[in-house]
Amino acid sequence: MTRIYKHRLFWPAIALLALLLACTIKRPDILGISVLDGHLFGAPIDILRNSSPLLLVAVGMTLVIATRGIDLSVGATVAISGAVALTFIASSANPGSAGTAVGAVIVALGLCLILGAFNGVLVANFGIQPIVATLILMTAGRGVAMLITNGQITTVNSAPFSKLASGYVLGLPVAAIIAYGVFAVVALVVRRTALGMLLEAVGINPEASRLSGVKSRTLVFTVYVLCGLLSGLAGLIFAGNTMAADANNAGLFIELDAILAVVIGGTSLAGGKFNLAGTMIGVLIITTLSLAVTVLGVSPLVTSLFKAIVVIAVTLMMSTRLRAMLGSLRERRRYQEVGA
Amino acid sequence: MKRQTFLRTGLATLSIAAMAAMSACAGSDSSGSEGGGSGSETITIGFSQVGAESGWRAANTKDIQDTLTEENGFKLSFSDAQQKQENQIQALRSYIAQGVDVLAFSPVVETGWDAVLQEAKSANIPVILTDRAVDTTDDTLFASFIGSDFIEEGQRAGDWVVENLDKDLKVVELQGTTGSAPAIDRKEGFGKAIEGTDIEIIDSQTGDFTRAGGKQVMEGFLNSHDDIDLVFAHNDDMGLGAIEAIEAAGKKPGEDIKIVTIDAVKDGMQALVDGKINYIVECNPLLGEDLAEIAKKVVAGESVEKRIVVEDAAFTQDEAAEVLADRTY
Amino acid sequence: MIDSTPMSRTEEITVQHSPTTKPIVQMAGISVEFPGVKALDNVGFRLFPGEVHALMGENGAGKSTLIKALTGVNPIASGTITVNGNDTRFTGPADARERGISTVYQEVNLCTNLTVAENIMLGSEPRRFGGLDWRTMRRQAQTYLERMGLKIDPASSLGSHSLAVQQLVAISRAMVVDAKVLILDEPTSSLDTDEVAQLFEVMRKLRDDGVAILFVSHFLDQIYAIADRITVLRNGQLVEEREKDQLPQRELVSLMIAGTSDAQVGGANERTAATERAADAEPLLQAVGLGRKGAVQPFDLDLYPGEVIGLAGLLGSGRTELARLFYGADKADDGVIKLGGKPVKLRTPRQALGRKIAYTSEDRKGEGVVGELTVAENIILGLQAARGWIRPLPKTKATQIVDAYIKALGVRPANPNALLKNLSGGNQQKVLLARWLATAPKLLLLDEPTRGIDIGAKTEIMNLVSELAEQGMSVVFISAELEEVLRLSDRIVVMRDHAKVAEIPSTPDVDVPRLIEIIATGEENK
Repeated sequence: MTRIYKHRLFWPAIALLALLLACTIKRPDILGISVLDGHLFGAPIDILRNSSPLLLVAVGMTLVIATRGIDLSVGATVAISGAVALTFIASSANPGSAGTAVGAVIVALGLCLILGAFNGVLVANFGIQPIVATLILMTAGRGVAMLITNGQITTVNSAPFSKLASGYVLGLPVAAIIAYGVFAVVALVVRRTALGMLLEAVGINPEASRLSGVKSRTLVFTVYVLCGLLSGLAGLIFAGNTMAADANNAGLFIELDAILAVVIGGTSLAGGKFNLAGTMIGVLIITTLSLAVTVLGVSPLVTSLFKAIVVIAVTLMMSTRLRAMLGSLRERRRYQEVGA
Repeated sequence: MKRQTFLRTGLATLSIAAMAAMSACAGSDSSGSEGGGSGSETITIGFSQVGAESGWRAANTKDIQDTLTEENGFKLSFSDAQQKQENQIQALRSYIAQGVDVLAFSPVVETGWDAVLQEAKSANIPVILTDRAVDTTDDTLFASFIGSDFIEEGQRAGDWVVENLDKDLKVVELQGTTGSAPAIDRKEGFGKAIEGTDIEIIDSQTGDFTRAGGKQVMEGFLNSHDDIDLVFAHNDDMGLGAIEAIEAAGKKPGEDIKIVTIDAVKDGMQALVDGKINYIVECNPLLGEDLAEIAKKVVAGESVEKRIVVEDAAFTQDEAAEVLADRTY
Repeated sequence: MIDSTPMSRTEEITVQHSPTTKPIVQMAGISVEFPGVKALDNVGFRLFPGEVHALMGENGAGKSTLIKALTGVNPIASGTITVNGNDTRFTGPADARERGISTVYQEVNLCTNLTVAENIMLGSEPRRFGGLDWRTMRRQAQTYLERMGLKIDPASSLGSHSLAVQQLVAISRAMVVDAKVLILDEPTSSLDTDEVAQLFEVMRKLRDDGVAILFVSHFLDQIYAIADRITVLRNGQLVEEREKDQLPQRELVSLMIAGTSDAQVGGANERTAATERAADAEPLLQAVGLGRKGAVQPFDLDLYPGEVIGLAGLLGSGRTELARLFYGADKADDGVIKLGGKPVKLRTPRQALGRKIAYTSEDRKGEGVVGELTVAENIILGLQAARGWIRPLPKTKATQIVDAYIKALGVRPANPNALLKNLSGGNQQKVLLARWLATAPKLLLLDEPTRGIDIGAKTEIMNLVSELAEQGMSVVFISAELEEVLRLSDRIVVMRDHAKVAEIPSTPDVDVPRLIEIIATGEENK
């Protein structure tokens, strides 16, 4: 039992370490952390901060995938959340005040809650296939974001709001505190309450769960709402990072990165058993990969290829079938050697 | 089977939403098809924009919409391709079918335009390119190309660095989207300018013309190099992202690490005035007037220049302070 | 091999009224193996032109495997298939269809949003100038419809017609390729009486045209209304092939259930006198005119505390459907359920659970086992679902419950952290029982709790049911094994063709043959 568990996270963890090692070889002091203006500074801190939006989205995605679902609309939700928040600030009388920033956060998260509920109703109540149901918002969502920003890149100045992404508390980036804090809370709630078990039961065998009295509709609805909410939070951090609401590029392809992180983390797309710690490692791998591209000086022309190769390597190493094949190959070779 | 019906309704809803979004961007979208009247006073012109990916693009769109008005004798059909070539080709085809007097567009990418341009030629509709060129062997396919000279922009940025800063500089470059004309040409121009000096590009990576991209790549640069003197960003947005990364690293942008960018959009100019950017070469988005003029000429049958280079300004911090209040974008 | 399988008597079977023609399909010595299971063991089957041949058998008898072996879905391990005297192996249903053997499944596999004509002609569309020739298509479809006696517009959308008409369109489609053999796999299960009559009319017409029809149905009356010949399978082996007229219903049921024409096995009743109900006992649950269209015809039934009700009947007779109505797994559309004399609504399993009713499905794997969860998690699932996710069962209490049930039911291995999918069928069943017992039900509905598990576990489970009843629980026990039903029950309800046909106290004079008689005839008096 414990061996299987190790199995699942062993290779992703190795991949993460290998990436960090490669960076360290190229630049020995890369993992150093220094104190600067009273806060921590260095590549590890950058990784934590830059991974924040993806981690938030991936946590929501993990729970959705556990119920045999998928949420393709998270990227669009990220864009909408940022667009709403910054447009709210831009149109307020006092853009710089903390009250305005709080208002923007509440309005944006409220809207994302509704977007998540929209997905949830389509999937849980109308029984539409998740991939189709969330495709609607994925496609229309950016249009909505464009509508909100009027097709412009809205730039605003609001010191309190930008703290979300680039501020520090106790020497740590606010974004990372939010994301990893949310991660810890969700992980705790899921395992301390019965939520995790019931989600897995619904994902593994929906009919058996229904006959056991599990309120699967409510559960499924809830995870889509949560996923929308977390994506909205990610969108706020994204917007706070640049203080510009970019309807086209904010959160572009984040749904694919999130799904990738979930899969790297050992949660099957077929639903059922999920692993939040694995998802976190997946998120860290993807974020570290971006850093590694810069540190290793990979040419921009082959950046995508480089990332793809790393991802393929990780997923292949996780494939039990491939490992079994390699194992038998090794055995055969040993056998042949003995025979010779 | 039910699902299919649903999908159909879903798609219908989507296209309505997309249309709403598009018309909101365009502001003056008109699908009127009373074109073909080359004898009439009004010139119908179909324009396909790349998208709304940057502040520069937004200014460019606004200028074209504000210039090609009915008062000025134009009837403009505007469409946003959302950075997809197939959308753009589709838009061009529908303009051809509507029989507009003039086609104008900023190509998303350089290649793959021969077929649709040939269709325009067969329909006797002159084509004007704005901002970006196309890569074709047959230059009779378009009437004129209005836009800045990207190599020139890169070179001017490089020249200023050579003339005004230290002789011995370590430079990192934030490239635009890999493979795009401005990214290729600005890199080439800058390289030409610093050739033979002790100025050295120590690292170069794409930031996709976006702020988030610029910020993330700059963080990586700061982590892997201690000796960066200058950032050359292919547009203002990436430069603005770099400023945030530099500030987060506890250094002063514009002083500890100098920044040179291209575009001169409002946020960039503000940062220049604030002393966080050192020099900006303008890439003039105000192509509306030139476009109007060329369009009138080609409809009247007059000959036009194949290449019209738009006048680009360039600003130091002091110059920026003077003009900032008057700039429209 | 052959002498060890006395049931495979292909050669021995004598056909009293041998048709003058030769069989169009002849299968001999067919064996099909799945990992660990011999699904078909040396089975023979033949089909003559111009006959309706019913294929009968209980669940797992091998009916669908035989059809799939014929159409090439399942590869055969041994045996020969001859069609029109030629040795034949089809690569799949499409290949079989092209060569004259068409299959129509229970679920209509058509596109309801296309027109009737398109559905009929799909795959054999007439073409003209590279495009579709719509006019010819409609005209050809029309002729096929007329052959079926169907008067509907070929240009109308299929979805606008009733299920029966859709079923007939599916048959029309099967006939487009000029099928010589038509396989109808439970075509009547979702049709009402009139619709069945319409279908039968078409089947007779096709039979008279010389088409050979292989017909699978669970409805005895329908079989006797339409079939010319009957083949009975049991546990993957051929039991009997006989002309319908030579096979009385009673004997057919006996063959299906026991494999012999005169079942005398078992029959002893152990639980009768032990639980004499007090005269003034109040029923726990009452069904008054409870029913659901297409599943169970309205019936009355009283359930008393401390009593085991056995449900006997063939597969598809409505046993499971009846139990599901009590549990709210399916919604009743007729009648009421009274709990302690007051009408209650049981629309969802949750509501039933709240009323202390529990149900184990006959489909253990599909509707019971949550394989990737541990034994412990599976046991507390029902309890936890009732509490909601926000109030987890306290760890110590959960451990206590889990350990107690693992011990009480003798779950092997006795490891609460083992994944349920790694346990044997019998132990999985014990875990599922534990899930329901943990909710402390007043009424326990057990649907085939003993199917597919070994003898030891079977006995343990049946002893447990006995004990539970003695402790005052009301139990409904469904099993295809009549001996088990007799052994456990205080009262026996017999189901036939989706209706309750008899309710008899389990007295010593009630034995297996008597039950078979009732199942076969639908009549209570001997």
